Amino acid sequence: MAITPVAQPTESVAKWEGSVEELRGLVSDRAMTGETLLLNMGPHHPSTHGVLRLLLELDGEQIVTCMPDIGYLHTGIEKNIESKTYEKGVTLTDRMDYLSPMSNNMVYCLAVERLTGLDVPERAQAIRVICLELARIASHCVWLGTHALDMGAMSVFLYAFREREFILDMFEMLSGQRMMGSYFRPGGVWRDLVPEFLPALEKFVDFMPAKVGDYESLLVSNPIWIDRTQGIGVVEPEEALNLGMSGPTLRASGVNWDIRKAEPYSGYDRYEFDVPLGEHGDVYDRFFVRMQEFRQSIRIIKQAMKALPGGPFRSQNRKFVPPPRAELGQSMEAVIHHFKLWTEGFSAPDEEVYVSIESPRGEIGCYLHGTGDNKPRRVHFKTPSFMHISALGAMSKNHMLADLVGIIGSIDCVLGDSDR
Amino acid sequence: MGVVSSKLGNLGVVTTSLEDAINWARTGAMWPLLFGLACCAIEMMSTQASNYDLSRFGMELNRASPRQSDLIIVAGRVTRKMAPVLRQLYDQMASPKYVLSMGDCASCGGVYNNYAIVQGVDEILPVDVYVAGCPPRPEQLIHGILTLQEKVKTERWTDWIKG
Ligand code: SF4
Repeated sequence: MAITPVAQPTESVAKWEGSVEELRGLVSDRAMTGETLLLNMGPHHPSTHGVLRLLLELDGEQIVTCMPDIGYLHTGIEKNIESKTYEKGVTLTDRMDYLSPMSNNMVYCLAVERLTGLDVPERAQAIRVICLELARIASHCVWLGTHALDMGAMSVFLYAFREREFILDMFEMLSGQRMMGSYFRPGGVWRDLVPEFLPALEKFVDFMPAKVGDYESLLVSNPIWIDRTQGIGVVEPEEALNLGMSGPTLRASGVNWDIRKAEPYSGYDRYEFDVPLGEHGDVYDRFFVRMQEFRQSIRIIKQAMKALPGGPFRSQNRKFVPPPRAELGQSMEAVIHHFKLWTEGFSAPDEEVYVSIESPRGEIGCYLHGTGDNKPRRVHFKTPSFMHISALGAMSKNHMLADLVGIIGSIDCVLGDSDR
Repeated sequence: MGVVSSKLGNLGVVTTSLEDAINWARTGAMWPLLFGLACCAIEMMSTQASNYDLSRFGMELNRASPRQSDLIIVAGRVTRKMAPVLRQLYDQMASPKYVLSMGDCASCGGVYNNYAIVQGVDEILPVDVYVAGCPPRPEQLIHGILTLQEKVKTERWTDWIKG
């Protein structure tokens, strides 16, 4: 059957970026003759979750090539951290993966702690675990709400954000900020749990399982939801590993890889939890795995709450951690430490470390290279969204354009995370 | 009173000035562009979600198309790569159009004084209201929007001709 070209190729393609020749090799040859259509999706598009731009080659409604173009949110965070002392760097890491700032804080603090050999008290570790799991729940709430919204299920968004607000209120109790708390600091956390935190947390773990049940009852057996998600964007386990996937997106393909289990940090080995796995690696399984993770996170929080150790909430090593205010009036030493740490910070050796943790999106890693001075030479973050966005092309091949929206939602990408 | 009597077929008479009537209509149904850049956009979403419910101020409809929207909330940091896109979106909006700069990054570059970030969206767009904060709380954003509505209410017809 002869296909009539819909648009004159030279015209529609040339508008994109100078020359048609630039596209040769990136898109199929059929696009050159105008047999297939080139379409630009984003960077302003409601379902690309931020400023992701996709260049699509379409054969009718079918996707032939999907090329992600990132960088619309490149902020230069890594470069900025190089000009800050180690403790000030924490503030900037908040703004990378803005759906779970705590995970970014965590990976950066772990890297600094490993570089300098700083100890973290038990209580601080447990507080960190509680916060990380709360952050995971909050992040999954946003994912669930927006993913469902993209697929036409409006009400889930409103419910999921209601619970997220509760978590943000708890973060505000701890750090004074709803989202960008910078609560984790090298050596522990900024301050101890405030008295009203634990009762609020107890209330939260009591009501949250029922709310997760509510979300599930809206979606799990909803025929429209199933039709739009099952069998879409399938990734085989080997392919998933080759594409560098991690986190729930990888586990939905059935690969049992969770850094909390594989390389426990912050005392995760002390808690009992399961790693939910999918079977088919499609959009539905990725949804399903994250829904299970809600429950597992609550389980971890319950255990951490029960076994919350006493003691200091931050390392007592005064070469790295400023003394509390009360000490300043009594000890000259404390005044000196305070002055030193707040003016020039602490220094770290000229060595390199790489630390990775399990963020709600997958493996987030921090490479940190010290200089022997008070600022790092190089900081680099290996982020899950970057990996997952680069896998979009493989995942969306031969799917309908409308399914692409579901696939983007299912990898839960955050552009701040990928572009930094 | 007017509504009830008009439903009963008894049409009352309201006298007002054209300016007041139009400004009233503009403030009461100002549709923002569905557009988010970075972290601030998440707080913007919270503002529209259950707890803060922006629909109370006539903003329940976020339009994804710039042609159908009156207000662009620049929520987040504007990078050099994004700036031309943002300007194009603004140019595509129909007058009257308003710009609200949400957050420190959009207002002045925030903590990112570096090679990648436009140091304030006012370098490329005329901003009506700035909202400070990193990210601003939903209450702050609502306050910004109410401030904008106050501003719109005081517009005179001479401004429309100029604008
Ligand atoms: S002002 Fe803060 S929260 Fe808003 S975009 Fe900038 S860094 Fe993110």
